[in-house]
Amino acid sequence: MTTALMLNLQPLDWLNLFLYFLSISLLAVGGAIATAPDMHRFLVERQGWLTELQFNTSIVLAQAAPGPNVLFIALLGWNLGLNAGGATPLAWAFGALGVALCMLGVLLPSCVLTWATTRWAHRNRERRSVRAFKQGMAPLVIGLILATAWVLARAQGDAARDWPLWLLSAATTLLVWRTRIHLLWLLGAGALLGALGWV
Amino acid sequence: MAGFAASAMPVTMTAPTITPDQRPRPHSLGQLFWAFTWLALQGFGGVLAVVQRELVERRRWITNDEFIEDWAAAQILPGPNVVNLSIMVGDRYFGLRGALVAVAGMLLLPMLLLLAVATLYAAFASHPMMAGALRGMGAVAAGLVAGMGCKLAASLARHPLGPLPCALITAATFIAMSVLRLPLAWVLPVVGGVACALTWRKLPA
Repeated sequence: MTTALMLNLQPLDWLNLFLYFLSISLLAVGGAIATAPDMHRFLVERQGWLTELQFNTSIVLAQAAPGPNVLFIALLGWNLGLNAGGATPLAWAFGALGVALCMLGVLLPSCVLTWATTRWAHRNRERRSVRAFKQGMAPLVIGLILATAWVLARAQGDAARDWPLWLLSAATTLLVWRTRIHLLWLLGAGALLGALGWV
Repeated sequence: MAGFAASAMPVTMTAPTITPDQRPRPHSLGQLFWAFTWLALQGFGGVLAVVQRELVERRRWITNDEFIEDWAAAQILPGPNVVNLSIMVGDRYFGLRGALVAVAGMLLLPMLLLLAVATLYAAFASHPMMAGALRGMGAVAAGLVAGMGCKLAASLARHPLGPLPCALITAATFIAMSVLRLPLAWVLPVVGGVACALTWRKLPA
């Protein structure tokens, strides 16, 4: 990724970065990606620490690569660190610092809250209200999962024009549902069909 | 929503018969770490489908019902869903250490891999085969999540509300999110509140 910015960040700036990610951690209800617009506002528009292109590419790459999508935040920190490190051999160290501050900041509060809640729910698991919550949410969770699949499928375009892609999604659905075929075979087949231009 | 048909998958039948002390569990923190690393590295376009396949079906550390319950809480709590789920599963077996190890397993190697990918990306970004492969994998990723949703729906057959009310709640959630495009912050309290209240009435005190 081309470094378009040369930053001279002071310790206070790094602290500011860490505090910013701490502050949005508990707002990330519905996944970290839901806070991306606010990160754009802070990192690109207000502070000017990342370019538009760096911000967008970070999200696209994290979606395409394996692993949780929250890792796009690591990539934001990495690019920010490279911008601050410039062309020096120390650039990688700055990148690592950016990754550490962004990821720790965004994860620490939400992880502590989740852990405390899990403990509480486990101690009170016989309570009628806890059981009603856990079981009552089940049909809703399945609806959410199916909606996620629908959003992913819709992102690939119009069903009339891009029907081979939709066919591939439908075939994958059936294979996952009715067989125990390894998921990596399916992903490999999708990559191959796409690279050959068949879908 | 065809998921309510009786499924021949063995996983749906094991849930009621295996008691907690009989069933498989991670034997060490190392095993926990690598299990989460392995499933994260399989998760292109999201880790959700892989979590169910690896932890429920292959390793059997948690049941389908537990997965759905944990997932509900992981959705509602702030923070990345799969990280929250890692904390819950890790804590169940090894307490705080397990929670930390599971999160580290989920994030550490995939993060290094992503940084490597980002460094290489510029060289190949414009190649048409690269773009095609990403398109194909995106289509498969949608199918992975849909297939897992169908499979999990089978477990609603034993739900205290009964299959038909469950199907209605599932359909209402799906329509609200994908057709009406309502924000999750509204759908969760409204649909979830109704579902939990109805379930509360059906449960013994």
